[in-house]
Amino acid sequence: MLEYTGVPTRELIDKVFPSIERINKGPVAVIECFQSIPCNPCSTACNRNAMNKMDDINDLPSLDVEKCNGCGICISRCPGLAIMVVDGSYSDEEVVFRIPYEFLPLPNVGDIVEGLNRSGEYITDCKVIKVQNSKLFDRTPIIDVVVKREYLFDFRNIRVGGKNNGQ
Amino acid sequence: MKNVDLVVIGGGPAGLCASISAASSGARILLVDRNKKLGGQLIKQTHMFFGSEKQYASRRGIDIAEILIQDLMKYKDNIDIMTNATALGIYEDGVITIDYDQKYIKVKPKAMLIATGASEKVLAFPNNDLPGIYGAGAVQTLMNVYGIKPGKRVLMVGAGNIGLIVSYQLLQAGVEVVAVIDAAPKIGGYLVHASKIRRMGVPILTGYTVKEAIGYPCLEEAVIWKLDDKWNPIEGTELKFNVDVMCISVGLTPLTELLLQAGCQMKYVAELGGLVPVRDENYQTSKKNIFVAGDVSGVEEASSAMVEGYLAGLCAAKSIGYKHQFFDELKQDYINQLNDLRSGITGEKIRIGISKILKEVI
Repeated sequence: MLEYTGVPTRELIDKVFPSIERINKGPVAVIECFQSIPCNPCSTACNRNAMNKMDDINDLPSLDVEKCNGCGICISRCPGLAIMVVDGSYSDEEVVFRIPYEFLPLPNVGDIVEGLNRSGEYITDCKVIKVQNSKLFDRTPIIDVVVKREYLFDFRNIRVGGKNNGQ
Repeated sequence: MKNVDLVVIGGGPAGLCASISAASSGARILLVDRNKKLGGQLIKQTHMFFGSEKQYASRRGIDIAEILIQDLMKYKDNIDIMTNATALGIYEDGVITIDYDQKYIKVKPKAMLIATGASEKVLAFPNNDLPGIYGAGAVQTLMNVYGIKPGKRVLMVGAGNIGLIVSYQLLQAGVEVVAVIDAAPKIGGYLVHASKIRRMGVPILTGYTVKEAIGYPCLEEAVIWKLDDKWNPIEGTELKFNVDVMCISVGLTPLTELLLQAGCQMKYVAELGGLVPVRDENYQTSKKNIFVAGDVSGVEEASSAMVEGYLAGLCAAKSIGYKHQFFDELKQDYINQLNDLRSGITGEKIRIGISKILKEVI
């Protein structure tokens, strides 16, 4: 499926998602890197040694979810923008997603934007609670959005100023 | 007649690294590039590179060009740079002719290193010459060098890394991409690139090719159709898109004219993009003191082009008597880096290709 359409199957997503228990404890990275390619910046970016060392640069990343504190340094270092952070400790009904977003205009804190799935389809409205664009992120801004918990495995992107949120 | 130690033709990732490496070995370099600005394709690459830290992974191509040019300037006493200069020919007596500043210049170096890169392949279909049908390189040049949108609605033809990356850059520029199609049954580029544009809502249609372009006096519609498992188009599967741009990204082929002219032994190797020079592990061709690096010796990624440049520059300098003080360590490091980059599943095609052109060291 993924290699024909670019959309990872639910089975693949389940494989790389931390457990609900871990997600509910606080922020943790989700790494959607399913293809062995010569690339290792995620491994060298992590200063908590939560990512495997990658002796072979073609190794797939694997994350020690107990060591990962969801700091998100790896998000903007991943050339494939394949990493996001989820935080299930936000509220009973909602989770926070921290995603890379390299498009203009950037949303503002407080904006309601469209939440999209991995096919780019609208699934829900979501609220922007943080926008980071520091020099450290090298022009890959990081956006925090609050999303209804039922979309935990579907949400992956946002659209700013789309027709569903009338901005 | 100018006398220099080494002429490097092409100032892209391979040529820049080759110049740095040879100059740091003590050779006197003339770097020739036909563009106004050094950097080759790097100056259009706004995305982050893959690879490891040594190949500037996570850095953007545009920034890597600046890093390499700054590195080069550390050796400015050893380097002459001619931009806007086209190497016209290589002659039997080892003379290179260059069109520069409206003058016809002749140079006779002790060695030369050809890093001319590659050019885009074209796709044959009715009306493929309509205005609005671009190569992906032209679209990148317009957008990322000159800040000009190529159009409003684009059909991307080719789901290799370039097609996927340029689609993403079009979206960033606010241009609609109606679909990415590829004749192959599977996406050829890195799947993370594919997922990036999928989640922006761009469909990727594999197993489709262009049937025809329609419009007068410029592109108005693109018609695609599905291919069966023998790559024959299937009647009745046509899909039509209203687009003013079709972007063709169906692969690259090495720019080898100068090597042919110099009489280097060549071989057709499909895995490397076409006609490529036979070479040894030091990147020397069948002609003594003619070296190659980067896409001209086999189409690959910019990361490996840079490492090839460092390696070939090091060896070219040594061949004319400038051995770097850490030659052995550096050479081994570059070989290891290339092996790492090529060792995985995605490097298989390159490994097969290189095995067909490698010859004993002369």
